[in-house]
Amino acid sequence: MTSLPTNSPTKKLGLVIDLDICVGCHACAVNCKEWNTSGHSAPLTDQDPYGADPSGVWFNRIHSFEVENEKTGGRTVNFPKSCLHCEDAPCVTVCPTGASYKREEDGIVLVNADHCIGCKLCSWACPYGAREYDEDAGVMKKCTLCVDKIYNPNLPEESRVPACVSTCPVGARSFGDLGDPNSDVSKLVESRGGYDLMPEQECKPTNKYLPPRPKKQGSPENDTMALTPMADSSAGVISRWVDKFLSA
Amino acid sequence: MHPAKSVIFFTTASGGGYGLLLILLLGNVFNLLPTYIFFLLVCYGLAFILIAAGLLSSTFHLGHPERAWRALTQWRSSWLSREGVMAIVTFIPTGLYALYVIFFQDSFSALMELIGLVGAVCCVITVYCTAMIYASLKTIHAWSNRFVPYGYLLLSLTTGMVLITGMMMVWGYDTGIFGWLSPLLLLGSLYWKVSYWRFLDQTKSVSSPESATGLGEFGAVSLLEAPHTEANYLMQEMGFSIARKHSEKLRKIVLWAGFGAPFILLAFALFQAGVIGGIAAVLAVVLAGIGIFVERWLFFAEAKHTVAMYYGAKDA
Ligand code: SF4
Ligand code: SF4
Ligand code: SF4
Repeated sequence: MTSLPTNSPTKKLGLVIDLDICVGCHACAVNCKEWNTSGHSAPLTDQDPYGADPSGVWFNRIHSFEVENEKTGGRTVNFPKSCLHCEDAPCVTVCPTGASYKREEDGIVLVNADHCIGCKLCSWACPYGAREYDEDAGVMKKCTLCVDKIYNPNLPEESRVPACVSTCPVGARSFGDLGDPNSDVSKLVESRGGYDLMPEQECKPTNKYLPPRPKKQGSPENDTMALTPMADSSAGVISRWVDKFLSA
Repeated sequence: MHPAKSVIFFTTASGGGYGLLLILLLGNVFNLLPTYIFFLLVCYGLAFILIAAGLLSSTFHLGHPERAWRALTQWRSSWLSREGVMAIVTFIPTGLYALYVIFFQDSFSALMELIGLVGAVCCVITVYCTAMIYASLKTIHAWSNRFVPYGYLLLSLTTGMVLITGMMMVWGYDTGIFGWLSPLLLLGSLYWKVSYWRFLDQTKSVSSPESATGLGEFGAVSLLEAPHTEANYLMQEMGFSIARKHSEKLRKIVLWAGFGAPFILLAFALFQAGVIGGIAAVLAVVLAGIGIFVERWLFFAEAKHTVAMYYGAKDA
């Protein structure tokens, strides 16, 4: 059914991505590919993988942006992006076949590969570029929120989180129910000012992004912190340690 | 947006076909057309061939054409599905009426005339559904605006009118009201296209790299590194962009081949019946066809998608 669920799901499973701590290592993208290439939408095919012009299906991709500001200087923000499991998902309503659907029980947006005709319209409708066309299979694929992992009774309880979440070495990705205001993820969003990407596109994404924290160094109010000269190298080791200790 | 030839051919051919069919139905219902069987046979035949060829080609770009029937199921929410349903529904009254006017000319049936009118309405709805597939995509500023649905209807009517005028000239009939409407519609289409381009050049999407990343409050956002070195599906499908100088050249081709030259030729043909007028009309049909094909190509090539901003585009 490509109409959205009539009762908007109360449970809204999704991710919270912390742009303050993501180091842009791409580990989540790699583990996503690893898990999903034998999961719900398997396989995630590649074209010309070892050739000059490789491309393939990835549900999660890590962009890096530069933010320039005359006053505070520039900063680099690593920016992972996968499906945001939108509440008003346009990818679902445009689908002519009913292959694209949003689950009533938890809000996860999935594609039924047996019904998809590969018309690609859903990829045009998604503002975020979260749909991935599989050239080999001729169907659309996308982040499944690791639906085959988070409910998997064969896995120990603590492993029942998306692959990208369990693999992140710095803990930049959290998973939980964003429909429950008392969940850990909802509290995290609340305390850190989590936000929606492109709210003006009116898709009501479930996934939230946490903004980078203000810089401690380099901003005018913290000028004293910027590069205070250390004792010059002719001083002894002890004096340099003392100097460093006192200026910290 | 990547201009897929099958989709461009589809909207050009089917658009023209539905326009021609609409004019034939109304023309027959209101007795404005010649009733010579062979003429009608060729005209209706051409309209149905254009429509069918367009619909067929639109299935070529599908990953699974054999499942295309599934696209008829989600008409409640999807314009693409509605278009599919309407395209099939339209064949029924229009086909019945075509058989009636061609083969049972001597018998008059009020019911059949009514069916003809229903068919005409179906043609309009089908073209509107096609237009709304594009106009409902908020992600693409060049498409989700009021110019698009009007434009599709107008161009469909204009190509249909040029076609019927050409046909009548070739047969040596007096083109009557159609001869006058063709150049007028061409002028109207030209005005519409110029207004659309002005809109496109002066406005941009509500979204920006700042809103796409949510980092606007920290400063101006630009892409430092893409997720990977080679182009992916998203960039090939939605990152297609056309150099400004090419698009200017192509816009001129659209204005002249699509509208300007056919206008002059058909205006000329109005006062010059006979072989020379006929040649002018055929030339007008050919040029308009080429011009509108380029117009559709540009409609895709000039359209920017919000996704491109995650891959370095400055706006959408
Ligand atoms: S992010 Fe895109 S693919 Fe995912 S639910 Fe939203 S619109 Fe659909
Ligand atoms: S590509 Fe598949 S899932 Fe996407 S809109 Fe078409 S049929 Fe639906
Ligand atoms: S939730 Fe699963 S499928 Fe989605 S990006 Fe993370 S690892 Fe990939």
